[in-house]
Amino acid sequence: MHPADFLTLLDSGLRLSVPLLAACLAGLWSEKSGVVDIGLEGKMLVAAFAAAAAAYASGSAWAGLAAGIGASVVFALIHGFAAISQRGNQIVSGVAINMLAAGLTAIVGNAWYGQGGRTPPLEGNQRFGDVLFGHSTLVFVALLAVPVTWFVLARTRFGLRLRAVGENPAAVDTAGISVTGLRYTAVVIAGVLCGIGGTYLSVGQSAGFLPNMTAGKGFIALAALIFAKWRAWPALGACFLFGLLDALSIRLQGIALPGIGEVPVQAIQALPYLMTVILLAGVIGTAIPPRASGVPYVKER
Amino acid sequence: MSAPIDLPKWADTVLVPAVSVVAAFLVAGLVVVGIGENPLTATRLLIQGSLGSGEGLGFTLFYMTDFIFVGLAVAVAYHAGLFNIGGEGQATLAGLGVALALNNLTFLPGFLLIPLGILGAAAFGAAWAAIPGYLQARRGSHIVITTIMFNWLASVLIVYLLVNVLRAPQNMNPETPAFPPQASIPFMHEVFAAFGIEIPSSQLNLTLFLALAASYGVWLLIYRSRLGYAIRVVGSSTTAAVYAGISPARIIVIAMVLSGALAGGLAVNELMGYQHRLLLEFTAGYGFVGIAVALMGRAHPVGIILSSLLFGILYQGGAELAFEQPAITRDMVVVIGGIIILFAGALEGLFRRLVARAMPRPALARA
Repeated sequence: MHPADFLTLLDSGLRLSVPLLAACLAGLWSEKSGVVDIGLEGKMLVAAFAAAAAAYASGSAWAGLAAGIGASVVFALIHGFAAISQRGNQIVSGVAINMLAAGLTAIVGNAWYGQGGRTPPLEGNQRFGDVLFGHSTLVFVALLAVPVTWFVLARTRFGLRLRAVGENPAAVDTAGISVTGLRYTAVVIAGVLCGIGGTYLSVGQSAGFLPNMTAGKGFIALAALIFAKWRAWPALGACFLFGLLDALSIRLQGIALPGIGEVPVQAIQALPYLMTVILLAGVIGTAIPPRASGVPYVKER
Repeated sequence: MSAPIDLPKWADTVLVPAVSVVAAFLVAGLVVVGIGENPLTATRLLIQGSLGSGEGLGFTLFYMTDFIFVGLAVAVAYHAGLFNIGGEGQATLAGLGVALALNNLTFLPGFLLIPLGILGAAAFGAAWAAIPGYLQARRGSHIVITTIMFNWLASVLIVYLLVNVLRAPQNMNPETPAFPPQASIPFMHEVFAAFGIEIPSSQLNLTLFLALAASYGVWLLIYRSRLGYAIRVVGSSTTAAVYAGISPARIIVIAMVLSGALAGGLAVNELMGYQHRLLLEFTAGYGFVGIAVALMGRAHPVGIILSSLLFGILYQGGAELAFEQPAITRDMVVVIGGIIILFAGALEGLFRRLVARAMPRPALARA
């Protein structure tokens, strides 16, 4: 492969890893506080739709971003209400969020624009243009979220408390700090991050919303989160790796490699899922989630 | 079942799901209003489209067959305390099992080939579910995450196989050649015609009876057999199961195998009963709807049959509605499914409290 090709590959790998990274960090925040989030996919999808619709209506990509984040946060609060206030099953709630998002974006998109669920194409200021090295603002926002996430979670009092809530909520409660408040904060932060990821999909990377355009990215982000063992910097690594695999699978279509022959695109697409299954089986190290994640907190009386 | 104390239990199994379904419909109605359509007209079209004609009813029952299988699949795992959201993947692999059995044994007569196709579906669905089950039981990997990953692995695998391996050379579409004609499960209208009774033709086929038999079988298994008892013990407390001499690991794998085999019924109905070939995405998200069906039916076979009928009505009525009022697409069913999962599953506590508050005091005191 030519060196220039290699750079292009890295570049498109970065491009494709941005939505994964945003969703993965969202999952990190949520799960560190003890709320399991398999609704990443759904939140990104509603954000992508709301962002494209708002950008089209207002003519501003930034209005799109605000709408994307708003829609995603609303869904995050639904999940928070079910998981935190009502102590419901967090996985069931996540599944519901994904289905709701898939159905609602399709119905509303079809009713508003009548183009099979698509939004009209976005152009000019309706999209996030390139600001640096051919990448849009949102790419840098997502990248910046990594050190910020690491710093806040590892080095601040708020972060310490948030992590404690995911490990031992009873202890945090005994110390007089609100478990509910911390978990809601984490869930909302997750909503904001998914909003950024979804907005990037429809207003940054593409020029408009397509039905089901997240196409499993929320689940790959979940895989990356497990792969990164719930840590911010490794999350960047895992998402970039998965983004690169994605770029590679597009690149390798119909190309025969020396000694191996033609690698089926599907084999490369399957890798993130396969690696997660193998990791979870404990074959290449163990992935230990925050201890209280998925467990609703019931205050003792 | 002694009558008086059971009143709250009756409320628990019937009233609470009913309230959450009604609430789900109200929210769905708001969505209809939100996109500028009349929810009452929509409801009328929905009911007419699904139950108003013999043909519509046939289609409703066809979809109901699908939902019974995926609902039972989720329910059996649920009784063992497992949340199997891998129905999509298991049904996809079951489709592969059907295709491999039918297209390789074309020389067999129908009365042998049809059972073999069903067995192929059950075996492949079961095998695809057994791996996450085994990983949960022996390696402690979380069943929800592994089944999600297995859904995607299944969809990637089937695309590869249909594009590169199983496709007939002269066919451009990613689908297998048609199954041998004697392997088709007869359509209901053909069966009735053989007895001289004319009913409107639809996709409805004899698989409906298989689904009802499976429901009865699951009821016998869960509530009347030793294995079912063990499954329920593991589901309510692993520690208790260990003290009772039940191996939770063994039960987890068995429950997942049964669950996967049941999910395979979707492939039987869709492929052997209707499409007569294996094609991409025939599962159409039904695996996820199965979660809503099972939650609404309280994981009980009777409840599952009833909620499957409701989803069948929604699905067929929704298709007719989409035809009459193009603003409302079939995705409405997905929305309603999502709301039902949210209300009946995650917000169950909220609705239970609402119902308890509305109940007269004496009824609660007797509980």
